Amino acid sequence: MTAASTDTLRVSGLVAEVGGVEILHGVDFEVAPGEVHVVMGPNGSGKSTLAHAVMGRPGTTVTAGRIAIGDTDLGALPSWLRARAGLFLALQQPIEVPGVGLEALLTEALEATGRVGARVSEVLGSEADQIGFDRRFLQRALNVDLSGGERKRNEILQLGVIRPRFAVLDEIDSGLDVDALAAVARRIERATSEWGLGVVAVTHFRRLLEELRADRVHVMVGGRIVADGGPELAEELDASGYAGYDPGVPTDR
Amino acid sequence: MRHFGADASGALGGPDWLSERRRAALERLDELAPPTADGAEVWRYSPIDQLDLDAFTPAGAARSDLSGALTLAEEFGRGPRIVVANGRIVSVERGTLAQSVGFGPAPGSGGTSEALGTVAGANDFFVTLNDAFLPDVAVLEVPPKVVLEEPVVIVHWHDPAGPDGPAPSTFARTLVHVSEDAQAQVIEVYAGGQGPGRSLVVPVGELVVEDRGRLAYVMVQNLGPHCWTLARIGASVGRDATLRTFTAGLGAAYGRCRLDASASGEGGSTEITSVYLGSGDQVHDVRTMQDHVAAHTTSDLLCKGAVAERSSSIYSGLIRVRNGAVRSDAVQTNHNLVLDESAHASSLPILDIEENDVRCAHASSVGPLNEDQRYYLESRGLSPERAERLIVLGFFEDIVARAPISSAQGPLRSRIGHRLGALLGRGGGDG
Repeated sequence: MTAASTDTLRVSGLVAEVGGVEILHGVDFEVAPGEVHVVMGPNGSGKSTLAHAVMGRPGTTVTAGRIAIGDTDLGALPSWLRARAGLFLALQQPIEVPGVGLEALLTEALEATGRVGARVSEVLGSEADQIGFDRRFLQRALNVDLSGGERKRNEILQLGVIRPRFAVLDEIDSGLDVDALAAVARRIERATSEWGLGVVAVTHFRRLLEELRADRVHVMVGGRIVADGGPELAEELDASGYAGYDPGVPTDR
Repeated sequence: MRHFGADASGALGGPDWLSERRRAALERLDELAPPTADGAEVWRYSPIDQLDLDAFTPAGAARSDLSGALTLAEEFGRGPRIVVANGRIVSVERGTLAQSVGFGPAPGSGGTSEALGTVAGANDFFVTLNDAFLPDVAVLEVPPKVVLEEPVVIVHWHDPAGPDGPAPSTFARTLVHVSEDAQAQVIEVYAGGQGPGRSLVVPVGELVVEDRGRLAYVMVQNLGPHCWTLARIGASVGRDATLRTFTAGLGAAYGRCRLDASASGEGGSTEITSVYLGSGDQVHDVRTMQDHVAAHTTSDLLCKGAVAERSSSIYSGLIRVRNGAVRSDAVQTNHNLVLDESAHASSLPILDIEENDVRCAHASSVGPLNEDQRYYLESRGLSPERAERLIVLGFFEDIVARAPISSAQGPLRSRIGHRLGALLGRGGGDG
């Protein structure tokens, strides 16, 4: 890991609650540009809360700790300013926005960071082809009449056009068949070299690691990261499960 | 009612049958009481009690420049068109219409189409008022098997009301008769009335689609901010016939549109889409009825509206499945966006089902902008204002894209975009 890089995404001592219930009890990790980190944990370990706390979802309240890219503290910023600082979240369940086209959204997204969106349609087509997303779907309203897998690909498509510095991928593997997952993983890996994308992929399935080459694996149980290591950590998990790490009772989220 | 007597009605002129028809209506009017909000369900929550008919008088011939009306007609379609001013037909352009197609004022002799007055609620107070004071009937009569390729545009223009004197009221009447195996598209636009004074606009439209006929119908209400309009549209579709309607309530202080669509022939289908956008102190009032009379009939309704500032809206829709209308299929969906805390929307779905073997589905929602949608767009870097604007535009785009006549979609988009641009903090529309 590139220690103390000025461009590193650094999460330290993160404590967060939802609906008055503390879900994250102090989470630390650092992701350098170009690195892929996978956060693994069972259902209810707090993975999605981590994703939303980093992105700044209203209702997910950070009560302690720090989220920063380099020297820029993101913790006090609303989600749209975190996005402009270079963060991106691929939602676990991308939601429908009737009447809003992908191109209109991405044009606005690029304009928001001072980039001209004139070539959005070209880039969209090329990104769609890379992950096997049917070009016909590009004309549809956001996630409307798309299957679960198509919605997930749609998130990666947006990532490819927006080109964020860091992407949090919330269970990007669920809903994708093997071929689609492989295509998505290839696209993410290319992004790490194309523009140095840093990735935090949260999942509870090891199969993501079979497709996505990870630099670091973090094991999350009960709102804490209980182990860090290389990809080999996932194999240990396969043998022993999460129970061996359990520091307490898992929460509901 | 002091300005709505026999003198005013008699002065309207026209063919004898029409004068006679008005006289009969005037007699019926004597027996009808104006509606009240606590009377029939269909007036519930409406501000109708605030209407003082004594303050109004039937409008005379239009005096204002009609070039605006002509421009408007061209914007919606370049084919056949009628311009109606203050309820009077002032110009008819047939364009490429075949001679067999009836288009323009109701015929001067031999009566008009038998369909007149059959589907618009003869016992309704305002329909009867319209019957008694309509200067003209604008008619589109499509003979059997004739297919009109181009949309027909009817623009209803209204003089601005002056600040003094009795306020003007107008009584436009439209009759569209699509015969067996015929097809037509009709766009009606209500506009003008931009003056400082009040005015009252009481249009009645009748849409009759015979067996296997097809009609697409779009109505846009964009009247001035001091107008009260109470529109009533009655429709009937025959065996295996199809009617698709789209109505938009944009202007007026009080904009009411009641649309009753009756599937009276087996296999007939109706589609109702309706949209409203309120701001300031506007009240939009949309009432629909999906009336299943015959077996194997379908109806599909989608109605979406947004209220901003201090405006309000009422949507009330009845699905009626009559005895014998077996295997009917009815869908009713109403979604309301409440954009400001002082705005208010009511949604009142009503089902009246007399048959067992039917499918009825209804859904309605009233609420602020969806927070998950907003977060989703903001997570892409859009400011809260940009996200809100995009979501609200999308909310309307979703329904404008269903307008059954494509030449109406652009003008609708630009009007809605312009209004939203002003409301959501960015001037100008999307063209």
